Amino acid sequence: MAKKVKFLQGNEACVEGALMAGMTFYSGYPITPSTEIAELSAEKLPRIGGKFIQMEDEIAGIAAAIGASLTGAKAMTATSGPGFSLKQENIGYAALAEVPVVIVNVQRGGPSTGLPTAPGQGDLMQAMWGTHGDHPVICLTPDSVKETFDLTIRAFNLAEKYRTPVILLTDEITGHMREKIEIPDASEIEVYNRIKPNQGDEYKAYKVYDGDLVPKMADFGSGFRYHVTGLMHDETGFPSNSTKNAGVLMNRLMAKIEDNLDDLITYEEVEVADAEYLIVSYGGTARTAKAAIKTLRNEGIKVGLFRPITVWPFPEKQVAELSKKVKNILVAELNYGQMVREVERVVKGNCDVRHCGKANGEVLTPEELIRAFKEVL
Amino acid sequence: MNHPLAEGFFRMEKLPHIWCPGCGHGIIMASIARAIDKLGLDKDKVCIVSGIGCSSRAPGYMDFNTLHTTHGRALAFATGVKLANPELEVIVIAGDGDLSAIGGNHLIHAARRNIGLTTICFNNNIYGMTGGQYSPTTPTSEKGTTAPYGNIDKPFDITQLAIGAGATYAAKTTAYHVPQMDKLMEAAIAHKGFSLVEAISICPTYYGRKNKKGSAVDMMNFLKDSFIDHKVAEKLPPEKKEGKFLIGEFLNKVEPEYTEQYDKIIAQLKK
Repeated sequence: MAKKVKFLQGNEACVEGALMAGMTFYSGYPITPSTEIAELSAEKLPRIGGKFIQMEDEIAGIAAAIGASLTGAKAMTATSGPGFSLKQENIGYAALAEVPVVIVNVQRGGPSTGLPTAPGQGDLMQAMWGTHGDHPVICLTPDSVKETFDLTIRAFNLAEKYRTPVILLTDEITGHMREKIEIPDASEIEVYNRIKPNQGDEYKAYKVYDGDLVPKMADFGSGFRYHVTGLMHDETGFPSNSTKNAGVLMNRLMAKIEDNLDDLITYEEVEVADAEYLIVSYGGTARTAKAAIKTLRNEGIKVGLFRPITVWPFPEKQVAELSKKVKNILVAELNYGQMVREVERVVKGNCDVRHCGKANGEVLTPEELIRAFKEVL
Repeated sequence: MNHPLAEGFFRMEKLPHIWCPGCGHGIIMASIARAIDKLGLDKDKVCIVSGIGCSSRAPGYMDFNTLHTTHGRALAFATGVKLANPELEVIVIAGDGDLSAIGGNHLIHAARRNIGLTTICFNNNIYGMTGGQYSPTTPTSEKGTTAPYGNIDKPFDITQLAIGAGATYAAKTTAYHVPQMDKLMEAAIAHKGFSLVEAISICPTYYGRKNKKGSAVDMMNFLKDSFIDHKVAEKLPPEKKEGKFLIGEFLNKVEPEYTEQYDKIIAQLKK
């Protein structure tokens, strides 16, 4: 079947990807610069028998998505900074109750209402640490329209596979940018669906079997009457105050991520083989870095790019390895220094680590990045 | 021997419940089970959703698809459950603080949409789980641990709030008026569209103690003496109505239900 060629915004590609991944439910609240995701979902979902609902606030947006997911629907909500702040409590709920849900954050300039129509990358740490308590996090960042499409599918797949919320952390650059994109045929797309218990099986909602880390998930209404709570619970799903039990549960939740880093972590490397210098950048800003590297390479400077696509869990091993080979790492991001802290942590002094960033709503230009790079040199 | 209702609708291994001696919540929870029984609902197709608080522990004891969510958000989660699978009978259990303070926005919007959820508010006029702070339904001048000199807030009438917001079924009852409560529960669950039953509960441990209301029995007697059905009240002379609170069915009307309206859009697009 012929591929469909389209000219889409990142936000539109997100919805195309979500539908390809099997999204049947969207609930959210209007917020710039993510609104196109809601608008397109509202138009497309009822056409395939799915459901869209505009909720009364951001908190309800994620709450309804979690509720829908419990009935078996693949559910998504999208937002931007202020809304992402409001959703945090229920992100933790989905992590502890192990309910698959996709949360898109099209980052804008912050803090507070900030710069609603301008890009930012100030929510990187919030994506990891925003909800209270330790919890597993999977967070993906695209740098193009096509990758937004691909990562939205991946976000759904990982949510289903690991029974956990997955954050797609885009930004106003990739969200509103238009690019040519070839939409593959559905037959070419790998779609993962949560594992459900078989009818008639004895079912403990949070019991895992030998070597497994993810419990099977029954749909509400399918004959398995079980309990879901945000309290610490045992393998039956019912609340338990046992500290021993809480430790077992927390260890398993964290292990879902820690034991599967190879499956979760994806990244892009550009010209790193012979690189003496490394730029680390992600999302829309990585495009600036790619342009800067081209110019610098033309000048004979051996510089490469490492672009985390999975930002959480952070590609520690990969960055640590590269830090042994290069003289400097320059982290370029639209904030006052977030990923750079993570890079410093994993580099452990192997090489010099610097930061190039701003948070005034402008994109970083290749010229600015080149200037910052040459200062490091 | 256990009561057949208990065997059929409760998770016996999860009992006894955590509620204090004299608490009215168990009476209300049992009434919900009796209504489900009377209506002959398929247990596998009933979903009970709650938020956080004393009453929100009820779903853990009830043998259905049960969802204990975050504080105030039960109706928002329930909206997702119902819209994604309208064949489920979704019942929301919420306390007065959960439903009308932190969850107030979800209450008015669920009512406005007329989505087919039944909300049972266990109203004990206090935050019990956290130890007796005043809630949006604590009467003016009564005390809570955070209103040591008397509450200066004006209380919500949750039933009227739901009516004002667009609910199509609304009723109020008390933990004393059990036969009435059973009838109202049944009607509310059977109702198509957003229904609410505000069940006045008692909290002898915090509200009662703080406000010198006496024992649980004294508080039950207060419910018995102070609440009358509004239809009965209509026929009474004014002096007999003085100081009384009105209970009963206040609204029961038919309007298009949200998930059915959405399904119509889906059907239309298929053509």
